Amino acid sequence: MAQTLCEKIIAKAAGTGTVSPGEIVTCKVDLAMMHDSAGPRMAGKKLDELGVPVWDLDKLVVITDHYINDDNPAHHAIQKHAFDWVKGHDIRHFIQEQGICHIVLPQAGHVKPGMFIVGGDSHSVTGGAFGAFMVGIGATEMTGVLATGEIWVRVPETVKIKVTGTLKPGVAAKDVILKLCGDHGIMGFNYQALEYCGTGVSAMSIEERMTLANMAAELGAKAGYCLPDEKTGSVLGKWGAKGVDIASWQSDADASYAKTVTVDGDMLTPQVAAPSSPENAGPIEAHAGTRLDQAYLGACTGAKHDDLRMAAQVLKGRKIQSGFKFMISPSSLAMQEEARADGTLQIIEDAGGVILPMGCSGCIGIGPSRLDENAVGISSTNRNFVGRAGPKSSKLYLASPYTVAASAITGKITDPREFL
Amino acid sequence: MKTIKGNAWAYGANIDTDVLAPIGSYQGTGDPAAGAVNCMRDVDPNFAKQVKEGDIFVGTDNLGIGSSRESAPFFLRSLGIRAVVAKSFARIFYRNCFNIGLPALVCLEADRIAMGDSLVVDPASGEVINETQGVTYHCKPIPGHLMAIVDEGGLMPFLEKKLAKSA
Repeated sequence: MAQTLCEKIIAKAAGTGTVSPGEIVTCKVDLAMMHDSAGPRMAGKKLDELGVPVWDLDKLVVITDHYINDDNPAHHAIQKHAFDWVKGHDIRHFIQEQGICHIVLPQAGHVKPGMFIVGGDSHSVTGGAFGAFMVGIGATEMTGVLATGEIWVRVPETVKIKVTGTLKPGVAAKDVILKLCGDHGIMGFNYQALEYCGTGVSAMSIEERMTLANMAAELGAKAGYCLPDEKTGSVLGKWGAKGVDIASWQSDADASYAKTVTVDGDMLTPQVAAPSSPENAGPIEAHAGTRLDQAYLGACTGAKHDDLRMAAQVLKGRKIQSGFKFMISPSSLAMQEEARADGTLQIIEDAGGVILPMGCSGCIGIGPSRLDENAVGISSTNRNFVGRAGPKSSKLYLASPYTVAASAITGKITDPREFL
Repeated sequence: MKTIKGNAWAYGANIDTDVLAPIGSYQGTGDPAAGAVNCMRDVDPNFAKQVKEGDIFVGTDNLGIGSSRESAPFFLRSLGIRAVVAKSFARIFYRNCFNIGLPALVCLEADRIAMGDSLVVDPASGEVINETQGVTYHCKPIPGHLMAIVDEGGLMPFLEKKLAKSA
């Protein structure tokens, strides 16, 4: 039976030849990832209550990225607890404060095409950029995985998301995904898996594909993935993944899809999601000129090396609006160093941007980039729900790194194509 | 599982995890229920103050969209909510409900339930009686493998039993 990549991975993990959408199967997990928020202090504690060990120490990665780099004693307690738990359980793969889990997990060579991976965070879907099936789960569910190495899955229908043509200068993967959020809504693809394909996706860097996979969560999807290609192999090789198999992990030519959705890459323009949902997205024209108090590049979605480069392209030789706050939390330390080495960070700093410590921080309303009462911000992150990035009275717009940088220059929502 | 009788706390679509479990309400290592007082504060400040044991939380579309944080259903349960009913659920929230022992019912008529309606929910049959309006809704039956988890009181007691058997 012809199958999509997602179905092939689930069938392999379930130990069955094939699976069909709607079927409920129990899968063996190839890898589990958990962070300091839902990991040791929640799933870890519950595992200890069960009194059993981690099912396979080679298949668990613990990463601290949420409550780091600040002076909050409650956060320090979380870090201490995580560290003690990791030590007490002889955790082999512990990545401490190196960046956001969805970025550092593949960067440490743990993610490969064909793997069935669970992560204790809704943006775990980011792993799909590498042709893995990666889903987000909650803490008690993670406890079940830690104890047994297994999880139940309802096989999702697969939807083909085809990005045709070529994205124009100043238009990025973030605009593709915001366009999808605006057109289909935040529950547009509930329980389904999204297969991103087409010339627009093939031409994207791996980091841009990570943005597409990452925000499958904002479309309600269970997973969002790209078919692995030479770029995937080359990046994963650089990041130390061993035994990467590209050829075996593709969708069959005659596989069946629930539907095909096309995004015309040639016609796509910068998109902005208005407060307070990613589904309030549409062409930037509707919001251009809106007065802002601050701009932020951050999160697993919007401060990778490529995202910082996009911002630098707009900011080169320019200055941000006087009195305006423009803050940047790089997605990982390694990417921050790359951006330092190639001059990207210097351009951003020369323009007036302030580099904050990396971590989830501003995306979850922690740290200096938290929005003040009644403040209006624009951000390259993934969610702008009420109360997420600041108090109820604050407002957040979502956009691409290009648009965030252009808006920092003028202090208003600004089309980046004016500066390119 | 026994039937649940209580009053409805009925809200609209896309009640997300940032309003159910606001940032800052679960940032420690102590009692995970401590932050429940903040549940829904940005949508309905009366909810956490007035909700009673046995009450039922009702949404329309896409209840629980957002984060994987289990605090979202856990705060509801800590405050006394004993069942959640919605037209549709966000996938992680749906699984989290069962995992912490809170039955989640898919009811296509959930948008007809009004704030304060007296409901009787039977998770086993999927029947929801709206005593206030004098109507009965038939929810989609809870899948067997999830009913087994919720019957045990959640994934933790379910796992304890499973691990004891295999030991």
